[in-house]
Amino acid sequence: MTEWPLLNLIIWTPILGGFLVLFLSDNDRVNPRPVALAVAMITFLLSLLLYTGFDNSTANMQFQEQYNWIPVFNITYHLGIDGISMPLIILTTFTTVLVVLAGWEVIKKKPGQYLASFLIMEGLMVGVFSALDAMLFYVFWEGMLIPMFLIIGIWGGPNRVYATIKFFLYTFLGSVFMLIALIYMQTKAGSFEVLDFHLLKLNMKEQILIFIAFLLAFAVKVPMWPVHTWLPDAHVEAPTGGSVILAAIMLKIGGYGFLRFSLPITPDASRELDWLIIFMSLVAVVYIGFVALVQSDMKKLIAYSSIAHMGFVTLGFFLLFPIMENTGGADLSGAVMGMEGGMIQMISHGFISGALFLCVGVLYDRMHSREIGDYGGVVNTMPIFAAFMVFFAMANSGLPGTSGFVGEFMIILASFKANFWFAFLAATTLILGAAYSLWMVKRVVFGDIGNEEVAKLTDVTAREKLILGTLAVAVLALGLWPAPLQEVMRASVENLVSFISISKL
Amino acid sequence: MSIEASEFRLLIPEIFVLTMACLILIMDLFLDKRQRHITYYLSQATVLLTIVLTFVLKEPGVHLAFTGTYIADPMSVVLKIAIYIIVFLAFLYSRYYLELRGLFKGEYYVLGLFAMLGMMIMVSAHHMLTIYLGLELLSLCLYAMVAFNRDAYSCSEAAMKYFVLGALASGMLLYGMSIIYGATGSLDISVISLNTATVEHPRVLTFGLVFLVVGLAFKLGAVPFHMWVPDVYQGAPTPVTLFIGSAPKIAAFALVMRVLVESMGNLIDQWQDMLTIIAVLSLALGNVVAIAQTNLKRMLAYSTISHVGFLLLGIIAGTSNGYAASMFYSITYALMAAGAFGMIIVLSRAGFEADKIDDFKGLNERHPWYAFLMMILMFSMAGVPPTVGFYAKLNVLQAIIEQDMIWLAGITVFFSVIGAFYYIRMVKIMYFDDPVETQPIASRFDLDFGVTINSLAVLFLGLFPGWLLAVCSTTLP
Repeated sequence: MTEWPLLNLIIWTPILGGFLVLFLSDNDRVNPRPVALAVAMITFLLSLLLYTGFDNSTANMQFQEQYNWIPVFNITYHLGIDGISMPLIILTTFTTVLVVLAGWEVIKKKPGQYLASFLIMEGLMVGVFSALDAMLFYVFWEGMLIPMFLIIGIWGGPNRVYATIKFFLYTFLGSVFMLIALIYMQTKAGSFEVLDFHLLKLNMKEQILIFIAFLLAFAVKVPMWPVHTWLPDAHVEAPTGGSVILAAIMLKIGGYGFLRFSLPITPDASRELDWLIIFMSLVAVVYIGFVALVQSDMKKLIAYSSIAHMGFVTLGFFLLFPIMENTGGADLSGAVMGMEGGMIQMISHGFISGALFLCVGVLYDRMHSREIGDYGGVVNTMPIFAAFMVFFAMANSGLPGTSGFVGEFMIILASFKANFWFAFLAATTLILGAAYSLWMVKRVVFGDIGNEEVAKLTDVTAREKLILGTLAVAVLALGLWPAPLQEVMRASVENLVSFISISKL
Repeated sequence: MSIEASEFRLLIPEIFVLTMACLILIMDLFLDKRQRHITYYLSQATVLLTIVLTFVLKEPGVHLAFTGTYIADPMSVVLKIAIYIIVFLAFLYSRYYLELRGLFKGEYYVLGLFAMLGMMIMVSAHHMLTIYLGLELLSLCLYAMVAFNRDAYSCSEAAMKYFVLGALASGMLLYGMSIIYGATGSLDISVISLNTATVEHPRVLTFGLVFLVVGLAFKLGAVPFHMWVPDVYQGAPTPVTLFIGSAPKIAAFALVMRVLVESMGNLIDQWQDMLTIIAVLSLALGNVVAIAQTNLKRMLAYSTISHVGFLLLGIIAGTSNGYAASMFYSITYALMAAGAFGMIIVLSRAGFEADKIDDFKGLNERHPWYAFLMMILMFSMAGVPPTVGFYAKLNVLQAIIEQDMIWLAGITVFFSVIGAFYYIRMVKIMYFDDPVETQPIASRFDLDFGVTINSLAVLFLGLFPGWLLAVCSTTLP
């Protein structure tokens, strides 16, 4: 089975399938939806083969494929995955299936182009997670902006143009400096191989500059405070599917970048500047948590909650350095726990934020409003939906038994090993997260029927039940039994931690 | 030094173009209006045959001819073929535009062929006088082409501006050359390059160099000598703008290579600094001012200025990688520019120029395929992968980072991000806005074919840039 070019298939099936959908829908005679769903399902099934064929015992890159691409610059088409990227790829293919389903009846305007954009983006995102050549990574990374730009701009809300241009320019500005860093390292290493970059010796000044260039790119993507302002705008204006992909996957690409690039390439600069990242993460957790509390727009609230949760992820990744300092580098188990917690938090946040955006989408499709004030007492007319929404809100606030708990708990435990105050501040999320999630639910779902519009609501359809039900199962499964996910990433994370703990200087 | 008959062999493409241009000029006199397409097809056939001739007659290695005034090297072959292809596209796009406006005359194609000949000479010149001859042949044809629609006020105005400023620039260049001659005692590029090391008064040489750089910057349209670019681009008929904005950039690259790199290579420290200022200013002004434009041709004019800045960066690197990067940039930019102006022609009709940015509103509703093609071109100009514009920029950035000019790379990418704004605004206009124009877009098979091939080539080169990059880096020593 491993002889198959499996990663290539997972990248190119959706991209070519997307173009197929585009051409089929051109004359409006063919319904593009079943075709798109079939493509997304095939891709998802293919990506499951990555899981079944994955060797948990090694941290080496697996499913590698390498072809000559641009020999003049030593750029190769090199793909491969390890335990860090594999779960993210499956998350991507899984979410795309749901997104295709979610847009089934709702998107009336040019459905072919809509579905094609998502499929093409799926391929590009898988490419980002599996590229082992930095230039290939960059091509996928930037290429991804084009479909997202169109998705927000064409199918978004009233202020979509502002939001999408802001989104594009923010991320573009962040990534061009990363490009300079990549080229600089190529002139040192002679190739764009990411694994060569890992071994590249760099002095402190170079490391700091490269770290900052990466930080610009990844911090915008994650997004970290204070460069997070594009996210609420983009989320609010994007169509439901766009919000789901943004929250569930795009943000993870920033986190993934830290693990694949920043930490292993510039370990000493990361150690030197760990206070900066930890500070920014804690600000995101605490301050953005408060900001989320006062939002009156449901999508904005979830967007801010995403920023807070992603703050947890980056915190988990960088706890490594204070822990190493405390234990003198002897005990790395706390560091491994923090990083694993960050990874689990990424996957879990992918499910939960996606589910919450879909919930808002369900309401928005019926009422065309995202204002919390326009709702109230939804439980009376939509009991099944209310159950889902309450469940996901609970998961968002980190209820034990849901996936939201696992990652947060691991990171808080790890931060106790680092510094009591880190743990104290991080733990405020348990209160803040519960406050904004549950308060929103209280105002939207519970109480008496707020107005006539709400009285007329109909409960979720079979399609919506299927989407939300699948996500609920995923959230519960990951919450009750996270071991399979941990096993998959254990070797890679341990290897990464021990790699970072050795100075490059 | 005597001239041997075999030397003529190198010049066969030039001689062929000259002969055909003259023949077409005469033959056109005997054609009536309905037979005018014969002129068009003959011109296109000439261009195609020239491609074949150049390709077949190319010889490996460097050959000098006519007492060292003419050079045939691998770089000139590649650049010439690129020029032919772009000229072919320019002719292809121009036909219906001219027909619809009663401008479909033989002179247009004859002037175009002579301009192409001028570019061929520029590319292959190895003597200051040959360079000047080629440049003037090109420029004079372009002046006439800008004024081609002589009844239009804007065309005459643009032609006048272009002519006056162009003549001034030629004067500067010529003056610079004369001083170089005074300092080094020769106009032959290889002799100049030898003598610059041992020149008696280096300051005189620098003085001449300044004028050369000014002249070149004028011709390239680099800041602060860019004033003519927006006016000429906007005023000229769109096919002429296409012509001016595409192929001559390739020839201008050759001009810079011959004049600065090959003859003044020893003075690199001096022209490097001058070009750095010019390039940074071009990037800054071009990208910032383009944002304020409402006319697409004018916007593309400012975008050209910024692209010229990029092109110069590769030269500034002063390494063969840098020159190859500039060469790649000039060729791919010409392709993108041809496509973008071609798209304006596609959308235009008699009495409607489609040159306002707002004329593209809602193009996705009216014609999704054209919108898609234009989107590829815009993202390519902005330098977003997977389009060729990205590799052009990557290439140049790599060349300057290799030379440890990281601050320059930082400035460059910063302005690229500013530049990205107005390109993606075009995408926004095409995809997010509602159409204002309701007239259906007339579809012409060869025009459709042209823009499709052109834009898809931009995408294709973006997916597989390896071979063209390899061609560029192997042709340069």
